[in-house]
Amino acid sequence: MKTLFEKIWEKHVVQTIEGGPSILYIDRHFIHEVTSPQAFNGLNKRGIKVFRPNQVVATADHNVPTLDQHLPIKEELSRVQVDTLKKNCAEHGIELYGLGHPFQGIVHVIGPELGITQPGMTIVCGDSHTSTHGAFGSIAFGIGTSEVEMVLATQCLMQSRPKLMRINIDGQLNDGVVSKDIVLYILAQITASGATGYAVEFAGSAIRSLSMEARMTICNMSIEMGARCGMIAPDQTTFDYIQGRRFAPQGEDWEKSVAYWQTLFSDEGAAFDTEINIKAEDIEPMITYGTNPGMGIGVGGHIPGLGEVEEKEKPSFEKSLAYMGLQPGAAIKGTKVDYVFIGSCTNSRIEDLRLVAGFVNGKQKAPGVEVWIVPGSKQVEKQAIEEGIDKIFEAAGFILRQPGCSACLGMNEDKIPAGKYCISTSNRNFEGRQGPNARTFLASPLTAALAAITGEVGDVREYWKN
Amino acid sequence: MSKQINTIQSSAVPLQMENVDTDQIIPARFLKATSREGFGKNLFRDWRYEQDDETQPKQDFVLNNPIYSGRILVAGKNFGCGSSREHAAWAIKDAGFDVVVSSFFADIFKNNALNNFLLPVTVSEEYLKELFTAIEADPNTIIEVNLPEQFINIVSSGKKASFDINSYKKTCLLNGYDDIDYLLSIREQIETFEHSHS
Repeated sequence: MKTLFEKIWEKHVVQTIEGGPSILYIDRHFIHEVTSPQAFNGLNKRGIKVFRPNQVVATADHNVPTLDQHLPIKEELSRVQVDTLKKNCAEHGIELYGLGHPFQGIVHVIGPELGITQPGMTIVCGDSHTSTHGAFGSIAFGIGTSEVEMVLATQCLMQSRPKLMRINIDGQLNDGVVSKDIVLYILAQITASGATGYAVEFAGSAIRSLSMEARMTICNMSIEMGARCGMIAPDQTTFDYIQGRRFAPQGEDWEKSVAYWQTLFSDEGAAFDTEINIKAEDIEPMITYGTNPGMGIGVGGHIPGLGEVEEKEKPSFEKSLAYMGLQPGAAIKGTKVDYVFIGSCTNSRIEDLRLVAGFVNGKQKAPGVEVWIVPGSKQVEKQAIEEGIDKIFEAAGFILRQPGCSACLGMNEDKIPAGKYCISTSNRNFEGRQGPNARTFLASPLTAALAAITGEVGDVREYWKN
Repeated sequence: MSKQINTIQSSAVPLQMENVDTDQIIPARFLKATSREGFGKNLFRDWRYEQDDETQPKQDFVLNNPIYSGRILVAGKNFGCGSSREHAAWAIKDAGFDVVVSSFFADIFKNNALNNFLLPVTVSEEYLKELFTAIEADPNTIIEVNLPEQFINIVSSGKKASFDINSYKKTCLLNGYDDIDYLLSIREQIETFEHSHS
């Protein structure tokens, strides 16, 4: 009896070092401009080439502008970083979907949409949200730059085996609740360190009912619980998503692959170190009020009062609320927002854009609110235009920008100004994440769309009722 | 950067915050470099300075308090959570620290630290509290971190705690080996593995 994780892990162990980590073979390695240059420098210093360039795919996403991408990048350091990636990929024979390429986009959006991400694989990238790819039933996790260098040099990585956790979500989701709410709810229950040291499998009927894109949102944020990786067993929904994509197996290979993928699930009775059960009916539309993703509440709820916070956590809690300019015990509903950011590797896929467009169709953004829609990839952008979604956004007064990580991490010029409130479909509400002294509310695309229309935090269920 | 760690005796800097994420350690706008050097000056940038201005240090931030110094950083639980940016480990090391002590480290940060000869020492909540209390009472308190024997010691009181590290990593840190050297040495075995791995 084995878990999904064990089945994949064991198939990839090249060697286990006595009293140390395992050497894990890596099937796919994604790289981007920010965490790879020092790794290539390392290879050059050692005088070696990339070991398996065909298993590496590169894109430029973190540091790219999201307007006028056809022009040279204005900011010099960003331009140098993007050019360095280009040069490194050319020297080492790595496929690059850089600026201007029809496949360019956020690394965790393009891998799945191109069919590169497949069940049973080990996948790494120098980015913590690599956990996204686990939605296909793969072991996928973020690594540091020294580890990027290791994988470039040997297609292997040193890893100690994590403990195993399963989170079961069973039942019927409430109206207005989408996958982002599920993951924010889990985070509010188990905290931002609740899964540290674990590989987490998400299971249960509520997970099974989700589309692939919705599943990706959940696995994406498993890192916010501290998890090494998040994963969901592949099923017909997974196979249907992959079939026909550019790098998906074809013909006989397809049949063989599906037959193997169908064996990838946790056997009945397989042992987990920890198991958590959640009722889907308990989950409300969620929003965060603090400065880590575990600080979330239902949109109808109140920020915890000081009396509800453990003594040793008070300094961090008070610092967090002071940063956010919010009061302990206050209701979150009705809080004014200045910016709405719909994008990031968490929620920038076509389903997210459709959800927002469907909600705002025929409506106008609230005065004084700035709304940025940043598609996850060129392909998502193209599809949005083909479906006329861009017209809906334009009519609503939203700005449809070009693909990249954008205001999720404020590395390019897309920063939220100091002191301003941004409701964001991204993954982190850390201090300064979206720009120095910017204040972030994490929420679903639906809750963000509502705020774009009303200019404040609200409950989408009440809006529908009225 | 020293590529070896053995026994360190030093005073320590107490950062009494939980969930210190890597965006705080080094904000994203400072990740545009293509080399590993020079990140130390932007360590905890937005906690250190008002309005991003180096001439306006925030007086209440511990790294700006001249009574605290040393090669050991002591911090609250879940240190290094969030982004996988190794720049966080580079910045801490570049700012002169060789050890970070916490009751709990985020996984990716821990690996990044070890790969940069920055020793993450995990202690119990109780021992962490003792460390904070001792440093607050006397900022010159000397802490000994002994890697060969795997213990940490508040020298004045003799209060010790052991810490875990896998024997492979310990050998690497003591001798200045890195993982890539090892992996390169088994490339033949990796190629053999590839033949049987579909």
